[in-house]
Amino acid sequence: MTPTITRTKAEPLIGKRVKRREDPRLITGTATYVDDIQMPGMHHACIIRSPHAAARIRGINVSAAKETPGVVAVFTGEDAKGVGPVPCGASLPGLRVPHHYILALDRVYFAGHPVAVVVATDKYIARDAADLVEVDYEELPAVADPEKAIAEGAPAVHPEWPDNVAFNFHQEGGDVNQAFAEAEVVLKQRITSQRLIPTPMETRGVVAEWKSGDKSLTVYSSTQIPHLLRTLLAGMLGLPEHKTRVVTPEVGGGFGCKLNVYAEEALMGFVAMKIGKPVKWIESRRENYLCTIHGRGHVDYFEIAAKRDGTILGLKLKLIQDLGAYHQLLTPAIPTLSVLMMPGLYRFRNISADIVGAFTNCVPTDAYRGAGRPEATHGIERMVDILAAELNMDPAEIRMKNFIKPDEFPFATATGLTYDSGEYDKPLRHALEVAGYQKLRAEQAQARTDGRLMGIGLSTYGEICAFGPSPATPAGGWESATVKIEPSGKVTVMTGASPHGQGEETTFAQIAADELGVDIDDVVVLHGDTAVVQYGIGTFGSRGTAVGGPALYYALQELKVKIKKFGAMLLDSDDVSFEDGVCTCNHSGRTCTLAEVSGAAHRAMKLPPDTPPGMQATYFWEPPNFTFPFGAHLVVTEVDRDTGQIQIKRYVAVDDCGRIINPMIVDGQVHGGVAQGLGQALYEQAVYDENGQLLSGELTDYAIPKATMMPWIESAHTETPSPVNPLGVKGVGEAGTIGCSPAVVNSVVDALSGLGVRHLDMPLTPEKIWAVIQKGGQA
Amino acid sequence: MKRQISVTINGRTRTDEVEPRLLLIHYLREVCGLTGPHIGCETSLCGACTVEFNGQAIKSCTMFAVQADGGRVTTIEGLASNGTLHPVQEAFWEEHALQCGFCTPGMIMAAKQLLDRNPAPDDPEIRHGIEGNLCRCTGYQNIVAAVRSAAAKMSA
Repeated sequence: MTPTITRTKAEPLIGKRVKRREDPRLITGTATYVDDIQMPGMHHACIIRSPHAAARIRGINVSAAKETPGVVAVFTGEDAKGVGPVPCGASLPGLRVPHHYILALDRVYFAGHPVAVVVATDKYIARDAADLVEVDYEELPAVADPEKAIAEGAPAVHPEWPDNVAFNFHQEGGDVNQAFAEAEVVLKQRITSQRLIPTPMETRGVVAEWKSGDKSLTVYSSTQIPHLLRTLLAGMLGLPEHKTRVVTPEVGGGFGCKLNVYAEEALMGFVAMKIGKPVKWIESRRENYLCTIHGRGHVDYFEIAAKRDGTILGLKLKLIQDLGAYHQLLTPAIPTLSVLMMPGLYRFRNISADIVGAFTNCVPTDAYRGAGRPEATHGIERMVDILAAELNMDPAEIRMKNFIKPDEFPFATATGLTYDSGEYDKPLRHALEVAGYQKLRAEQAQARTDGRLMGIGLSTYGEICAFGPSPATPAGGWESATVKIEPSGKVTVMTGASPHGQGEETTFAQIAADELGVDIDDVVVLHGDTAVVQYGIGTFGSRGTAVGGPALYYALQELKVKIKKFGAMLLDSDDVSFEDGVCTCNHSGRTCTLAEVSGAAHRAMKLPPDTPPGMQATYFWEPPNFTFPFGAHLVVTEVDRDTGQIQIKRYVAVDDCGRIINPMIVDGQVHGGVAQGLGQALYEQAVYDENGQLLSGELTDYAIPKATMMPWIESAHTETPSPVNPLGVKGVGEAGTIGCSPAVVNSVVDALSGLGVRHLDMPLTPEKIWAVIQKGGQA
Repeated sequence: MKRQISVTINGRTRTDEVEPRLLLIHYLREVCGLTGPHIGCETSLCGACTVEFNGQAIKSCTMFAVQADGGRVTTIEGLASNGTLHPVQEAFWEEHALQCGFCTPGMIMAAKQLLDRNPAPDDPEIRHGIEGNLCRCTGYQNIVAAVRSAAAKMSA
């Protein structure tokens, strides 16, 4: 057999704009998302949900539904109460954790709470029969606003905890009291980060298949964390973990909301085991808005202390987090991330923060793109601008003055983090230059003379990425990779990260192709099936490449050692090098290809000393630290005085995510991140009425940006490698979102500053802006 | 009461018995096995289900299968011919106009329609032309770039 010759690479692929290897299936409609799965005998589930935000269930009558031809089962909370609770993976001192049944037992806690499930041979029949389930509710008073929830006399979300406080959390660093005592200026501001609905274009969905002969369950779910889901589902259902398999097919966007374990995932497992047939549930968009986690939901009270020369001395925060009715996987941990990132990019070391976690009769909040860091960045970047305005300083100048300097890294923050590397002034200077800052300020002065409302806004953000060192995460913060070189020399990579749009099938192939010196077409990257891929943690918190990438790098290094051993044996040499996919004897110059090496390792006619056959390596990489990307966004706006409409005239984003593997993909992440940040700044808000009814419960009422609502983003990069990992990468998934909202709001506040406007809460709808202008600057 | 319909889908005519209330998107996906068009909302807001019906881009979640009787439907699966990608598909790949890919089949069909009607759109016309299709990953920037690039290639 002639081994396949792998073509050698001409130049490194890392850093190149390599077209995505996942795209051919996606642009031809041949990818398989969970709703595309069909199985013989597959049944369909429809879930009955509470129309009330708080109610007692007096009774449920399922008989009419059960009699419907085609319906095979109806289950209620009573039937499913033996299934373990929906898990909360976060722990905080004194945390109150309500028992979260997968179907409500005798009480519902938010509108959309699952109450019963109808299973039928056809989804139209299941939907029809769901209307025949009669639930007798006794409506109870509800509370949807977190500040009202923790006020005296509010209805209790959970009767056992009448104060609605799930936890109090305090963190401080340095001496904040002294900082405030010494301050020449102290400024206070209430700043909200409204509830947002993540809105991946693919809703959630689950297919569960029970194999009674093997007593094994396979769950296909649109999730970001197949392995963690498997561990937790097995626990909930009382199944052995090794007989539980989770498969993540193509995932149509996650943004954090699929970094979770949901009631419906366990419920479909339960149903499949009960009926002995595969069952599918696909979330409707209405359900997605009512029942999949929301993000943000902060009311923040900030106080900043400074000297009159602009030196920031300290920051205080009282943070009220709207938790919703339950803790989902990470709910109570999210606001603690806000506290960690309170110092931003600035040198001050005096901080104090108090979080109150408030239960409300709403769907839980949890990780949504940025998860706690956008809220923190929005706060600190607003406060810096408020301070600059008070001191009559230029917003760029005050930032430069307070930045941590390059020679101060690694930098220990007041919140206990160690920033890895940074040159914080570089992206800012670059953004100012690209935008033509001085000229813009001159234009602004002219615009004001002409009576136009033009604004220039900056944000210089830092973020914490690459979650993370395991001691700082609830379920392990490492990541894994396996590399197999097949007998023909073709390469299979299996990553424990579970990408879903981030393009790691391409970037990881770039890394493997470079390290092994093979053609990228000879590399395939697999992920997302617990029966195929070694245990992994998943994709979230900008960790896919920043933690999964190094795991792959180290697996490749192990393999290269083995390649050289077999190469030495084949070449009968004691000194070989391996480059560009070829082993070379450094004495004779004789060579053998990777295919020849791998073929020899698999045939194993002869083995090098102390070397087992085969050509495979698995590496579990524990990161020694987080990574800390940073950047500067500059936004030019013009506000229409008569309508309150905001026009984004320029959007300049300069991001530093460390070393860039694929600039095309990095820019794509920035664009998408900015779109979600802009959504928060201008358009999006999950609105509950006082009875806990979600008013923005459909795409008609929840304004995610359309193509006409987005500006052209002028994206550029600086590259400050991270010393935390051998690739020097930092992560970029959330940067755009984190950098965006304060830059936009700062710009609009700047535009309206002539009217005396100091702060505006998001979203900056035309109606809100118009009202402020009408009232002469009073918010 | 099921009704018989005959529809030409991606160039092939087929006849099926369907419930009158069956949505066209469910017919395509579940009866015909064409899972390229997706369901993102079922309220005609997101555009993931966009297909071409008698030459017009339509949202197949807000049309009944019986309304397609006697008509011609083109889905994303029917866009490439003999293994050659349509220039819009090619441009989406080249310009990184997709990430998770869920909106992509509908977005490509909308973009194709836009270029059928206006072979040389400017950026505002492109944005307006794809306004009925939502994407949560890309911020639309590279989609705009892809439509621009496809327009240039198709008119060359």
